[in-house]
Amino acid sequence: MVATEVTETTDDVERFTGAERALHWVTAALVLTCAITGLILYVGSLSALVSRRDLLKHVHVYAGLAMPVPMIAAYAGHWRDAVRKDVRRLARWTKADKRWLRTRGRAAHDQVGKFNAGQKANAAFIAGMIPVMLVTGSIMRWFDPFPLSWRSGATFVHDWTAIVTWFVVAGHILIAFGNPPALRAMIKGRMSEDFARRHHPGWAGSPDTDA
Amino acid sequence: MVEHPLEADRGPAAPKAPVRTDPPATSPVGRRIVLGMFGLGATGILFGQKIHDTVERWLRPVTENDPTGLSTLLPTSGRFRIYSVTNSLPSKGDAEYRLKIDGLVDRPLILSLADLKARKATKLVKDFQCVTGWRVPDVPWKGVLLRDLLDEVGVKKGATHLRIYSFDGAYTESLTLDQARRRDVMAAYEMEDGPVTQEHGGPVRLYVAPMYGYKSLKWLDRIEVVNHLDEKDAGYWEVRGYDTDAWIGESNGREGDEKV
Repeated sequence: MVATEVTETTDDVERFTGAERALHWVTAALVLTCAITGLILYVGSLSALVSRRDLLKHVHVYAGLAMPVPMIAAYAGHWRDAVRKDVRRLARWTKADKRWLRTRGRAAHDQVGKFNAGQKANAAFIAGMIPVMLVTGSIMRWFDPFPLSWRSGATFVHDWTAIVTWFVVAGHILIAFGNPPALRAMIKGRMSEDFARRHHPGWAGSPDTDA
Repeated sequence: MVEHPLEADRGPAAPKAPVRTDPPATSPVGRRIVLGMFGLGATGILFGQKIHDTVERWLRPVTENDPTGLSTLLPTSGRFRIYSVTNSLPSKGDAEYRLKIDGLVDRPLILSLADLKARKATKLVKDFQCVTGWRVPDVPWKGVLLRDLLDEVGVKKGATHLRIYSFDGAYTESLTLDQARRRDVMAAYEMEDGPVTQEHGGPVRLYVAPMYGYKSLKWLDRIEVVNHLDEKDAGYWEVRGYDTDAWIGESNGREGDEKV
């Protein structure tokens, strides 16, 4: 724990709106549901322990199908402005972001905006992972109209993407627990100005910029 | 994010954001990552089967000699995947299990699991090859050859095929009599040196070694000897486009598979 965090700080910077936090946590719940049911379905010895394969399969399929719903809902109302703004921030990378990622946070730290390159990479991966898993999962589940080799190919993609996702999500959760103020910001929406200045200097103090 | 000591030393008086005149130039890396994943995913759907088969061949020396068993968690390692066509795995206890053999036979037969085990057992150690690409090498099987059962019931003249039913209520299969009389086609009650478990089609399943896995019907319920086979009766997957004669390496467009 960093010394400055022991002193009383108030969470005085708004970081995420309610809609953004809902988007994050509903998606997180669906991803975790799919990850856990998928692991049990995939690992034979776990399947044998849990049985109820039919139920697990249904939960896995429906949680998967529901995965784009929070994103659609996040864009469906007046709350979309903040969402759209952060999506744009996550999607655009500066040269400094690339340097920051290459040096794992040692270089270009003073130019990190609202999101660092790790957060941007994580968001992009999840944004790509969900449609890939939806399409391949659908081919596995409703295979009738597709050639046999597509079914094998979809299984291949679904399996490997799942394995990579397990590592990405586990890393994401570990880093979140390693940075309690960042985790708190995703729960309560606010973070201390001190933490914001130290970790997001390109954003702190000028929350209206697109950094 | 990485906490490093340098930051802590800075203390609460962290430097203010640098003053900028122009926003820094950005590139749409996020979009590239997403589109790149779509491209990889589409490639994988179209060519994944070939990639998978190749990787599996490379890895086989490793996975076959892995004492930890961890490599079996990889998608390309030799392990069974459980498929069933119904919503739940069918269940039948050892005591209530019955195998029925009827149709064009002289002496129809209903066998309990104990009856089956009392008959001449045959052991095989052979691969299980699925038509979707995965293969489990050197699986030990134990059961009664169909040819022995057919001899026992006495097949009537003119019979040509077997129609085979699963007690899951949906899955069916078929074999010609010649195929069924091979010495590597059995009603198996043991696999991998233990009873055939429920998920693998226990208590008794079919094992048709020279053909793709969908011929090895699980939860074997009834074998009917018939004198003709309509296309619509050829089997669950056959009706859905799979080959009826499912020889490994010579059917379903999978020429590369090594024969069992």
